[in-house]
Amino acid sequence: MKQIWAILSGAPDADRVVPPTGFTVWLTVFSAAAMAFLAVFALALSLATERLSVRWGQELARTSTVRISAPAAQEALQTAAALTVLETTPGVARARALSDAEQEALLAPWFGADLPLDALPIPRLIEVVEAGAGYDAEGLRARLAAEAPGAILDDHTRWRRPLIEAANRLRTIGWVSLLLIMLSMAAMITLAAQSALAANAGVIRTLRLVGARDSYIARAFVHRFTMRAALGAGLGTVLAMGAVAALPTADVAGGFLTGLGFSGASWLLPLLIPPLAGGVGFAATRAAALRALRKMP
Amino acid sequence: MIELHKAGYSYGQDAILRDVSLQLAPGSFHFLTGPSGAGKSTLLKLCYGDLLANTGAVKLLGQDARDLSRDALAKVRQRIGVVHQDCQFLDHLSITQNVALPLAVSGRDVEAEAENLAQLLAWVGLSPRAHALPPELSGGERQRAALARAIIMGPDVILADEPTGNVDWEMSQRLLSLLVELNKMGKTVLIATHDLGLIRAAKAHVSARVLRLAGGSVQLAGADL
Repeated sequence: MKQIWAILSGAPDADRVVPPTGFTVWLTVFSAAAMAFLAVFALALSLATERLSVRWGQELARTSTVRISAPAAQEALQTAAALTVLETTPGVARARALSDAEQEALLAPWFGADLPLDALPIPRLIEVVEAGAGYDAEGLRARLAAEAPGAILDDHTRWRRPLIEAANRLRTIGWVSLLLIMLSMAAMITLAAQSALAANAGVIRTLRLVGARDSYIARAFVHRFTMRAALGAGLGTVLAMGAVAALPTADVAGGFLTGLGFSGASWLLPLLIPPLAGGVGFAATRAAALRALRKMP
Repeated sequence: MIELHKAGYSYGQDAILRDVSLQLAPGSFHFLTGPSGAGKSTLLKLCYGDLLANTGAVKLLGQDARDLSRDALAKVRQRIGVVHQDCQFLDHLSITQNVALPLAVSGRDVEAEAENLAQLLAWVGLSPRAHALPPELSGGERQRAALARAIIMGPDVILADEPTGNVDWEMSQRLLSLLVELNKMGKTVLIATHDLGLIRAAKAHVSARVLRLAGGSVQLAGADL
């Protein structure tokens, strides 16, 4: 804790003893910025898929469809029978048959707007909205088979499960990406710190000659790399948040892109990335410095 | 203070020091002489823990060098001032900052020591060069700055490795007088040098033991010096 405070408060004496120049400055800032940029998108992806998973799960779980495939003469009768069954089924909030116009609108994306619905043997669709814990699908199927033989219940289970699974996997991939990004950042900072330590072997030798402890020498490097990592990550985060904010809005993009972004308080989450990067820089440099100093004669 | 008992050191197969026994008593003044490559610098490095003896024992301020952790060795080095021939400065820091380095690394408040620092720089004659960078100094100025850095912590022992190697006669006399003055203040001084003129000049001012390093072992030099 004391050391973290020393890092944050500047550790000016220790910092000054290491020459300020070197390519490792830009390497660290640039890699931290690039990694933070990617991290913001990985975070956005994780949050978006989480929202999608919840939304798909909720929406699909609350609705189902009954399809009436019967000869034209029996369609109205069987539809009415199915509606009667549905109205008396516990767990069904409401059920209604779609109108011709609504069915036409559903089919229009595939067959065009001027579809002659009445000339085609298209089944009648009944939209079912569930209530509370939902209905007993098997029981409802049995009752529908008895009252309206042409009625087929589709409770969306078949395609809801893979959708939610896909969303969950995407979310996991997002979090794993975040972890990999942080590990990559740690690896890059470690390399840069090792390079800086090797380049400053003479400085380290002089510091030891005058009685510097390894922890003092390490602090000089740790402070520098922590600050560079946090600064670079800050720049990358700001750029990425700008890019996410500039994504098309829901009206323009629709679908999945609508959700790829932050909403409300989740806009604060990317702001955790710069201090997190600073923490990664701190841990990676401290470990690299102490390891390198132990090996130095 | 610093004690070597049958200490030996080898670089690979080459034994450069064999069974060296030496005692630097408090307040004593020693010269260590011998031809180039005789092992003077190696012996000095044993005396401040930069090298560990392969055989025998070395005690630094009463502690066996082999038993010292890195932190403990750092603490010992704060009590042993070392002047190197090449000075080993941090070239991006001013002379004042270089001289103050031992204070900074030991956690002391450099600002609070500003007056002592200024007095020390005046004592070694470097006040006008206080803000210069090391590469801007002459050889003599660098050696005096290295001496100032070596004594800023008020060490018990001062080890100097060829401190007059890169300076003219006049400057070497000045450096010598500073070291003699420090010895008179009670500091233990060990100077490694092959400059016999310097040793003869010192003998006029201080009671110094002259040790000759040859064939890997140390002998007390005769009166011919």
